[in-house]
Amino acid sequence: MHNKSVAELSRELESGNVSSVELAQQFLDRVKREDEKYNSFITVSEEQALAEAKAADEMRAAGKATPWTGVPFAHKDIFCTNGVRTTCGSKMLENFVPPYDATVTANFRAAGAVCLGKTNMDEFAMGSSSESSYYGATTNPWGLGAGDKRVPGGSSGGSAAAVAARLVPAATGTDTGGSIRQPAALCGITGLKPTYGRVSRYGMIAFASSLDQGGPMARTAEDAALMMNVMAGHDPKDSTCIDRAVPDYTATLNEPLKGLKIGLPKEYFSDQLSPAMEEQVRNAIREYEKLGATVKEVSLPNAKLAIAAYYVIAPAEASANLSRFDGVRYGYRCEDPKDLMDMYTRTRAEGFGSEVKRRILVGTYALSHGYYDAYYLQAQKVRRLIQQDFLNAFKDVDVLMSPVTPSPAFAQGEKTTDPVAMYLEDVFTIAINLAGIPAMSVPAGFVDGLPVGLQIIGDHFSEARLLNAAHQFQQVTDWHQREPK
Amino acid sequence: MQWDIVIGLEIHVQLATRTKIFSGSSTAYGAEPNTQANAVDLAMPGMLPVPNENAFRYAVMFSLATNAEIGRRSVFERKNYFYPDLPKGYQTTQLAEPIVGPGHIDIDLADGSSKRVRIHHAHLEEDAGKSLHEDYHGMSGIDLNRAGTPLVEVVTEPDMNSAEEAVAFAKKLHSLVTSLGICDGDMSQGSMRFDVNISLKPKGSDELGTRTETKNLNSFRFMEQAIHHEVERQMDILEDGGRIVQETRLYNGDRDESRSMRTKEEANDYRYFPCPDLLPVEIDDAFIEEARASLPELPDERKARFKDQYGLNDYDAGVLSGEAKLAAFFEETVQHGKDAKLAANWIQGEFSARLNAEEKSVADSPISGAQLGALVVRIADNTVSSAGAKKVFEALWTGENEDVDAIIDEKGLKQVSDTGALEAMVDEVLASMPEQVEQYQNEDNPKKRKKMLGGFMGPLMKASKGQGNPKLFNEILVRKLGG
Repeated sequence: MHNKSVAELSRELESGNVSSVELAQQFLDRVKREDEKYNSFITVSEEQALAEAKAADEMRAAGKATPWTGVPFAHKDIFCTNGVRTTCGSKMLENFVPPYDATVTANFRAAGAVCLGKTNMDEFAMGSSSESSYYGATTNPWGLGAGDKRVPGGSSGGSAAAVAARLVPAATGTDTGGSIRQPAALCGITGLKPTYGRVSRYGMIAFASSLDQGGPMARTAEDAALMMNVMAGHDPKDSTCIDRAVPDYTATLNEPLKGLKIGLPKEYFSDQLSPAMEEQVRNAIREYEKLGATVKEVSLPNAKLAIAAYYVIAPAEASANLSRFDGVRYGYRCEDPKDLMDMYTRTRAEGFGSEVKRRILVGTYALSHGYYDAYYLQAQKVRRLIQQDFLNAFKDVDVLMSPVTPSPAFAQGEKTTDPVAMYLEDVFTIAINLAGIPAMSVPAGFVDGLPVGLQIIGDHFSEARLLNAAHQFQQVTDWHQREPK
Repeated sequence: MQWDIVIGLEIHVQLATRTKIFSGSSTAYGAEPNTQANAVDLAMPGMLPVPNENAFRYAVMFSLATNAEIGRRSVFERKNYFYPDLPKGYQTTQLAEPIVGPGHIDIDLADGSSKRVRIHHAHLEEDAGKSLHEDYHGMSGIDLNRAGTPLVEVVTEPDMNSAEEAVAFAKKLHSLVTSLGICDGDMSQGSMRFDVNISLKPKGSDELGTRTETKNLNSFRFMEQAIHHEVERQMDILEDGGRIVQETRLYNGDRDESRSMRTKEEANDYRYFPCPDLLPVEIDDAFIEEARASLPELPDERKARFKDQYGLNDYDAGVLSGEAKLAAFFEETVQHGKDAKLAANWIQGEFSARLNAEEKSVADSPISGAQLGALVVRIADNTVSSAGAKKVFEALWTGENEDVDAIIDEKGLKQVSDTGALEAMVDEVLASMPEQVEQYQNEDNPKKRKKMLGGFMGPLMKASKGQGNPKLFNEILVRKLGG
């Protein structure tokens, strides 16, 4: 069962070949047996999962089953889950059990899906390797037994590793600068960062509010579409969530790609990209040409400014978003504070890890009196230029294609002491968040036995088209079916 | 040396919305601590703000009532600082693009003139919670019921030149927001709080002096005292050749003392930036027209109408029109009592004195305008004397009886106005006081005669068991004693 997709498991449940409780137990047993190798879960919520599975069986018996009823999955530990602790990868929230569900959590619950637990992540979603988690690094299922252990990417590295290792068929992720797409690429799975505002951020712990977006991580585009059917939609509890009809994302998966106009941004095929990676990506694009698509080069002249702008805007927002972790109302508080200032400083010094502290400092500096215009305002101007680049490109083409990362999964520890090298991991993904547009990572080959991802970028609200393009590619390739040994 | 005083005000007005500005929690005052604070107010992880449309409606009504520009596009920003009663670690407020732009309010001064005070802008923001420093054995308690209550912060230009002007402005603003119904105006519950910016400059100089800000004054009286106190403090320093330090000060009204809270150098860097959880709010014409249509009569319009419709003088019209509830009480009294001048006198006299003595507002009054009106009728038609009327008022106030005529009957307060009966009493009393009658008739000085007349009133009232109409007694006496 563990090799089956969400769509397949859904059919197994519907046909009565397996019950929700049996399925949940099988997957829970597998997690307990296998996850020592990956550390992809922070919390396994066995008791709640079995209760949800029982309720799912009752839902089905009552004739109220949805495609998700009884299907096991996992949430990135950034989505608040009522009654199950939610740590965001931080010591700060080690004992935090939310009394509420995120909207995304509530949607899966209403559909009858069975959440097995909460997946590992970089602390507060800040990182590209899932090594900054207070709960230990996650290991990529690919590359095991061949030298150094590899990182799964980040920040949604736990979700990516769990899906790649067949511990769950699907998991939620969040993407602020590449945190769904980069780990999906490095773990050989399929991930989608939706349009900003397509998926509610209510109950999703904020890193950088204007960039954060929840999305699906699964092995197939079809499963990602099934997830989007549950995740997308207007939410009055999130003022930035857009009130716009949600299509059935599975309905257009089989549209033919003949005539699809693909743009290749020349800035994303630069010398930062290793030749071996480039070869895999170009091979994938040739598959699209065989499917009837046409390809032309386009330019995103301001793309090179994306990382600089992002590392002003995201830390600035984070510096305010993380102020609530002050030891007053919930979460970690230092021992025996001698006064208020001591409580604040020691709580935050002890409760946050070094990467989080680095970003709070950078963000605080960028917003400071006398620097605001030079950094924050300037970065916002650059952001608008980057958005305009994409809008211009979409006047000529339907989608853009590029690599997701400059190189395949790197070794654990390789970049932990060099933050800038780590930040450059997201060189091809960050501009998409600044522009607020959707993009996918689709398995597209291997380099040195490690997965390579193809990035498909679309205009605002073009998720259905991206999923269609990914699904058609997966009908003629089997990269997404490969299993790590 | 002669000094000009320059005063600008920042006034926090709590809006009377039912729920908070960014959450569905109740804003009602006085609940058990933290029972009106939900996950959003507590800034739990992942919680997001959702703006309250009514807060914008009220702000637009305020704009319309102060002749202010309406911010067609307003933007919330985050003002960052750490304090335990500020759950998110930032206050959501407006800075560069506020909802209310430049406007003005005209105030009436004691000498009968009027003065225009310009409003620089007013912005929407959320209130903080409260820190409780008593009874926690070396710790502080935090009550977040108030956190997220909507405020309009009104910022004036430095257009006031005395404590009296500043208080007149504050009272006018109070009158305006309560009339609009956008603030309950209850100062004891912190519904309006004042920060006062004060500086001095040599008389006639164009250059403003260094200012100080005295924060968080919560009554008109404390504000007035604080201004006098700060003006004297600055004057002492300047006249000794010293310099004013730009700083924020706290005033203790009970001791009439102030102390420095922080200087400009110690001020926080609030690191304002637009709140990414909230989109810019666009106000369209339809929203403004809807707000305009819902505007009630404003104090200035009402004052003019009171003068015109009821023939009140400027002072009475000003007092009675200022507060919406008092104005409504007055009009109800007149409706039942006919005589507007008498109604105005009773409301500003006995009624207001009693409210003040018991620290009650008009809304808490145990008597209605209809009851007071009924009493006014009986005073006007001479059924009761003014002394008798006070007894009726007392009985109404304490709830002894609700009906004016029943009280008059029950207490035997009805005046005897039967001239025949009164004349008989006068004859009897004059006959019993021949010496006084002779003295009176020998006195030439009209003032003294008038005074001596009073000497007969006591025995007359006694003879009539207090029920004789004093006015009629007076007339008869004068006639019988020969002018």
